Amino acid sequence: MTEALVKIDNLKVHFPIKSGLLFDRTVGYVYAVDGVSLEIRKGETYGLVGESGCGKSTLGRGLLRLVEPTSGEITFDGTDVRSLEGERMRLFRRRMQMVFQDPMSSLDPRQSVQSMLVEGLKAHGLHTDRAGVQKRLRATLDSVGLPASALNRYPHEFSGGQRQRIGIARALVLGPELIVADEPVSALDVSIQAQVINLLGDLQESLGLTYLVIAHDLAVVRHISDTIGVMYLGSLVEEADGDQLYERPLHPYTRALLSAVPIPDPRVEDRRERILLAGDLPSPADPPSGCRFRTRCPWSQPRCTDERPELRVFDDSGQRVACHFAEQIQSGELTAHEVRAELVRPDSDRAPEVGAELIVTRTDLPAP
Amino acid sequence: MALLDVRDLSVVFQRRGTRPVTAVDGVSFTVEPGQTVGLVGESGCGKSVTSLAIMGLLPRRGNTVAGEVLFENTDLLKLRPAELRDRRGRDIGMIFQDPLSSLNPVIPLGLQVAEVLERHQGRTRREALREARGLLDAVGIPDPERRLKEFPHQLSGGMRQRALIAIALACKPRLLIADEPTTALDVTIQAQILTLLKELVDNSGTALVMITHDLGVVAGLCDTVNVLYAGKVVERAGRHHLFAEPRHPYTDGLLQSVPRLDADRGGRLHQIRGSVSDNIPWSEGCAFAPRCDRVIDDCIGETVPLLGGALRCTNPVPKEVPV
Repeated sequence: MTEALVKIDNLKVHFPIKSGLLFDRTVGYVYAVDGVSLEIRKGETYGLVGESGCGKSTLGRGLLRLVEPTSGEITFDGTDVRSLEGERMRLFRRRMQMVFQDPMSSLDPRQSVQSMLVEGLKAHGLHTDRAGVQKRLRATLDSVGLPASALNRYPHEFSGGQRQRIGIARALVLGPELIVADEPVSALDVSIQAQVINLLGDLQESLGLTYLVIAHDLAVVRHISDTIGVMYLGSLVEEADGDQLYERPLHPYTRALLSAVPIPDPRVEDRRERILLAGDLPSPADPPSGCRFRTRCPWSQPRCTDERPELRVFDDSGQRVACHFAEQIQSGELTAHEVRAELVRPDSDRAPEVGAELIVTRTDLPAP
Repeated sequence: MALLDVRDLSVVFQRRGTRPVTAVDGVSFTVEPGQTVGLVGESGCGKSVTSLAIMGLLPRRGNTVAGEVLFENTDLLKLRPAELRDRRGRDIGMIFQDPLSSLNPVIPLGLQVAEVLERHQGRTRREALREARGLLDAVGIPDPERRLKEFPHQLSGGMRQRALIAIALACKPRLLIADEPTTALDVTIQAQILTLLKELVDNSGTALVMITHDLGVVAGLCDTVNVLYAGKVVERAGRHHLFAEPRHPYTDGLLQSVPRLDADRGGRLHQIRGSVSDNIPWSEGCAFAPRCDRVIDDCIGETVPLLGGALRCTNPVPKEVPV
């Protein structure tokens, strides 16, 4: 087993909710990331999945300190990242870079590709040797499959897939060890997605990169990740090796998520057991007490309300799960019950209310 | 008799000073009553424009729509605007991708649902609102009585999409066109909406035209699938057939390039070369030829016909012979 490149320990990122005309009063917090611990080993791909609003992007940004974490520890190759100040932090960023989701808005439309790539080199004082810079730019573009003639062109001259390649080149040009890719393919067409996924794989192989891939598409994450972490409402609910997670999902949320992903094969689709979750994600400004998932969980018990389950190692396989009843659900001792959907307001800070005649979480949808 | 019979539909966009763009290039397909038909393709293939043209929602200026759209033997393209308005919402319902921009932000939800009933079925406001309550309930919106008075921003994305479905189904249309109805939603919410759509369609006998880029969605829902590329149907088949034995290299490539949840990790994905914009006009051969792995000399030169009404390819992927 290789050593961990990144260690995150009990990371929290809370955003204050401000109110008031004259004075900013803090009236509450959005608990975007609320106590996440994980390790990313050198040369591996860690995939972080979850639905929108679960805090996966904030975690990635918090790791690079693009947003300042509220508390917790981040260790990168033995260095305590959170203790780095100002200039030292800026220089440290050379070792960890980010690829963003939308290649249209993450590239400056008025900057040529050359100027975009050189900007990073300048920031780190690597631009003095002209011939060397040119060589480096060409090599980087070549590695992402773009011609050297791209240097003098502007983002609008490229297609979506090519723009994402530019985004990857921009991250690569500094020779980082860790790349945080936030939804790297979700803005792309299906046939282009495969190209970018393959490119990320090739680069990892040739450059020994470590990836943190953040995505909502479980199929994509499963394809490229060694380890997968599933997030729900600011915390990690399950973590396992990719195949293990698919073969034996332990957390009820993971089960529901896996069963909800459509598979492009009608024979599989017709036979699948589907766990339909009731309702929506609760507001991260006012998460439910105890287990965050209990409001939508078909296996929830009284204990789930009182006690927040810790992420614990389940068995020898190293699979980690945050559920009090993982064993009982696994063995079938605990059976699913109906769940009434709680109405979630997108803009309210109040607790979710329980409605009357409601949608019901069902398991075992009969095949049509 | 087919409920909807689209014959040789073409849409050409032309702005002054630019070359005309053929967005939809002779698309034909039929929808039988109660059937679910999928239109699949990547961005720019003309799937959304097809649906807008069927509904007569394209702006008249700068667009040329040709062909026939027979809905119960009436050509919708020949109707006067007022006649078309009578049918939209009553005979044909439509759901769009982004529920927030399709709902009016300053009108309470109840009125937006009731409006359809007042307009098409001559209900009074009071009756329509009562019916709207039942409709919201039917699409699984909790506490519908209160929801009636609320505004779209007070609901989550999934609930908004449910409200939109309620509006589309208010007059029990015989045809429902859903344009990427789940693309803006999370997977667990997508599963809720797809299940809801399937149930409603099954129970009411409404025919559904499902427009999507997601092959997984199609696999679970559609009876017949039309694969579009650069404005033309390139392959048409029943879903079991299409997924088990894709014949067109584009369909085949697309299916192989999607990472599957139930496949093992790793390996390289099959990739289709180039991007959607790398194509040649259909009049000069197969638009997919520049990206195709199976391209032969016959592919370039003249328009490839839709063979047997199901496959537009001169060198299709061979059928697997069962051993």
